[in-house]
Amino acid sequence: MAETMQFDLVSPERSLMSDQVKSVQIPGADGDMTAMPNHAPLITTLRPGILTVETEKGTEEFVVTGGFAEIGEGLSVLAERAVPRADMDQAAYEAMVDEAHETYKKTKETFKNEPGPVDDAAKLLSDMVAVGSHIGLSPKQPAL
Amino acid sequence: MPNLKDLKNRISSVKSTRKITKAMQMVAAAKLRRAQDAAEMARPYTERFNAVMGSLAASVGDSDTAPKLLRGTGKEDVHLLVVMTAERGLCGGFNANIAKLAKQKAADLVGQGKTVKVLTVGKKGRDAMKRDYGDHFVGHIDLTDVKRIGYADAQGIAKDVLARFDAEEFDVATIFYAEFVNVVSQTPKAQQIIPAAFDAPEEEGGSSTLYDYEPDEESILADLLPRGVATQIFAALLENGASEQGARMSAMDNATRNAGDMIDQLTIEYNRSRQAVITNELIEIISGAEAL
Repeated sequence: MAETMQFDLVSPERSLMSDQVKSVQIPGADGDMTAMPNHAPLITTLRPGILTVETEKGTEEFVVTGGFAEIGEGLSVLAERAVPRADMDQAAYEAMVDEAHETYKKTKETFKNEPGPVDDAAKLLSDMVAVGSHIGLSPKQPAL
Repeated sequence: MPNLKDLKNRISSVKSTRKITKAMQMVAAAKLRRAQDAAEMARPYTERFNAVMGSLAASVGDSDTAPKLLRGTGKEDVHLLVVMTAERGLCGGFNANIAKLAKQKAADLVGQGKTVKVLTVGKKGRDAMKRDYGDHFVGHIDLTDVKRIGYADAQGIAKDVLARFDAEEFDVATIFYAEFVNVVSQTPKAQQIIPAAFDAPEEEGGSSTLYDYEPDEESILADLLPRGVATQIFAALLENGASEQGARMSAMDNATRNAGDMIDQLTIEYNRSRQAVITNELIEIISGAEAL
């Protein structure tokens, strides 16, 4: 039996998963990473993406937006919003993309001459779109 | 003496009042369970979040580069009081207690020569604060249409507060809400959210883990602090939700009991006057018969 670790996925509204797992792929802000048992303690922020959890019974996938992950004794992921992949449908996805789009537009208006926040918002939006292409949903409007 | 018909009307009106309060009590009981569950579900997130923030905040410390949300603006002249209450009344002293605490705090601050600004969440709080602090109002957030409080609502409030902070409208923000102790007791509480105050993590035998941070500590903090504000507001909203239902439940329970007592009294009075009327009529008939 492979080594396992405690994994918790919680969103502000509920706890989505709490189980022993073999490995978890985390969409970190600086790049994807896979956490396995005995990983060095680490805290990272998340970008919108897919969280893949590998348990003894199989793999589960969640769509997460921002938040952070803490790897210590076990792994806890605190996601701002987390939706099981199976529950993610076109409508929910479009709402998320629309929201990112809205933020992008607003930031662009507020910060006309500062590239920083605008780039961040653009990145958020493109991350969202990337999530869609990964799970086979496409936004109804072209990106950017 | 009130006549019989009046009494009868009173009794039936009190009876229908009792029906209403009874129904409200049962509705509140059902909602309370849901609100409590919601608060329960949110707890792990808040706890973990605060733990991580606590250790992060401790490691970044008071350095000059620490984000303003953690360090403060360096002064505390302008205070923002976020008063969170219910949208509906008929819940005992719930709204009044929160407003009272907020008013006390506001009076203290004004006494110290600070500027006070008030942001209200929930209609009842606004009504209660209006008379004394109406000209300190800077905004109001309406949650009348919200059936079930979601994280998005808290984010909305947090966004509003943070926008004001970025515009340097205030230095210190405090939220007022009622903590749910149990069904019969809810304590109004004040909690400072900006600059962020986290409980220092407990050092367990000096074995506190040294974390790697990705990206660096300060970017993580800058990213997480605004979320922290939303998380705290969300937790407070949920506590408030549970407290409101608890307060309403016990208030309505009392009202139902009082209505029952009143009905008993009125019924006795009704029967007494009915008997008096009958006795009177009998006397009239008998004395009439005797006169013949």
